[in-house]
Amino acid sequence: MGMAITHAIASGMGGMRTTGDLVARMQMTKGMKIKEAKEYVANKLGVSVVDLANEAVARELREELNLGLVHELDGYAKGMEAKFRIAKLLGIEIKSVKNFIERAGL
Amino acid sequence: MEKVFTRMGDASGVWLSKEEVRAELEEGTNDAADRGKIPPLTEEELDRLFDICTRREKFVSVEPGNEVVVTFDAGTLKMVRVGVPVDRSQAILIHERALGSDTMELAHIDYSYKQIKPIAHDEKYYMEQAQLGTVIPLFYGAMPNVGLYTQPDGPVPNWSELLPMGKITEAQAAQEEAVEHAERDMVYVGSKMYEGGADGINFDTTGASGDADFLAALRAIRALKEKYPELPIELGMAGEFVLGMHGELYFDGVRLAGLYPHDQVKLAEKAGATIFGAVVNTNSSKSFPWNIARAVTFVKACTEAANIPVHVNVGMGVGAVPVFDTPPQDVVSRASKALVEIGKADGL
Repeated sequence: MGMAITHAIASGMGGMRTTGDLVARMQMTKGMKIKEAKEYVANKLGVSVVDLANEAVARELREELNLGLVHELDGYAKGMEAKFRIAKLLGIEIKSVKNFIERAGL
Repeated sequence: MEKVFTRMGDASGVWLSKEEVRAELEEGTNDAADRGKIPPLTEEELDRLFDICTRREKFVSVEPGNEVVVTFDAGTLKMVRVGVPVDRSQAILIHERALGSDTMELAHIDYSYKQIKPIAHDEKYYMEQAQLGTVIPLFYGAMPNVGLYTQPDGPVPNWSELLPMGKITEAQAAQEEAVEHAERDMVYVGSKMYEGGADGINFDTTGASGDADFLAALRAIRALKEKYPELPIELGMAGEFVLGMHGELYFDGVRLAGLYPHDQVKLAEKAGATIFGAVVNTNSSKSFPWNIARAVTFVKACTEAANIPVHVNVGMGVGAVPVFDTPPQDVVSRASKALVEIGKADGL
């Protein structure tokens, strides 16, 4: 655990504290290398690549776009709700979102 | 003469002169180049690595803008392994909301696809439930672990018993049969988990049982991608070199035994993997500078050959991380920075 977190701090994007989950989704769904994945997400968010891992910028963006926040703020998208917005923002299919739509009869 | 504090591959501390550090770096990169038949690091890259190894800071990191994605093997199991009695769904949220993890992996304590098969419906339900409350991408992962298909626990004769008896043909036949079983189980479990909403399937520690293990994973990936073309798949290796336990297994005409990461990744791509987890073993008798130069040399060759993202394995005993269960942050952070900024890793 401590070792994994060491890597996350030394080299990681920062997960939901920043935009790490979004960049990860582009690598996973489109097989994009890190440069391409970051540029894609930065373009969608309208920020520079450096700001993707800048907590101060990413925090505001996540709140503004309602993409899920790490803090307990009432009234904001959580879990599945946030993933609906992430799929739409990135233009990708998220399997669990697709399942939700089918099973909820939406 | 000024000495630099660094470590051996078993994490024990050692003081080296700067000349010794440089010599270790050169020896490490040359070892990788010789074994992998790949170029050694350039003088400029060695200079950069020397700087990373000899900095006085305890902890180093990448420069702003150079951050990469982190994925995990045995993701939710790690909490249990350090004695934290939390449920797996709680472990996912701890990673998502407290630890800044970019992704997470749902995993069962018996971390092999063969063992997951009888409980796949339970695992699928767990995945479905976890996905409702999770924002970060959530993999499902386990090992191909072809060795589990051997008798007395499994259905095929044990090649580790047959080989010492000189029964080469019988040992090869047993491995070929095990590949069929393993492929079937991995496709079954992978399908279940993807249909349950997994954001990706992780084949972790692939090749642990040798070339048959690697072949089974490649075939399972190809079958899953034919079934679900959009399915993200990460293929993580067990070691830097595919052991030829069979010796004559091929995938798309390429012999698997003896492949290093830069060749392994090409087969991962052909099978349909979307992320490749490269491994470079740590030599516990060698220094950290020797191990990191060697690891970066292999990883650089792999990332240059790859068209898909490469997430380097950097757990205990691989990627220049010492063979020690609490690897020191000084060398772990140095390995992290060097593999990303010189090796050009897309993730860890």
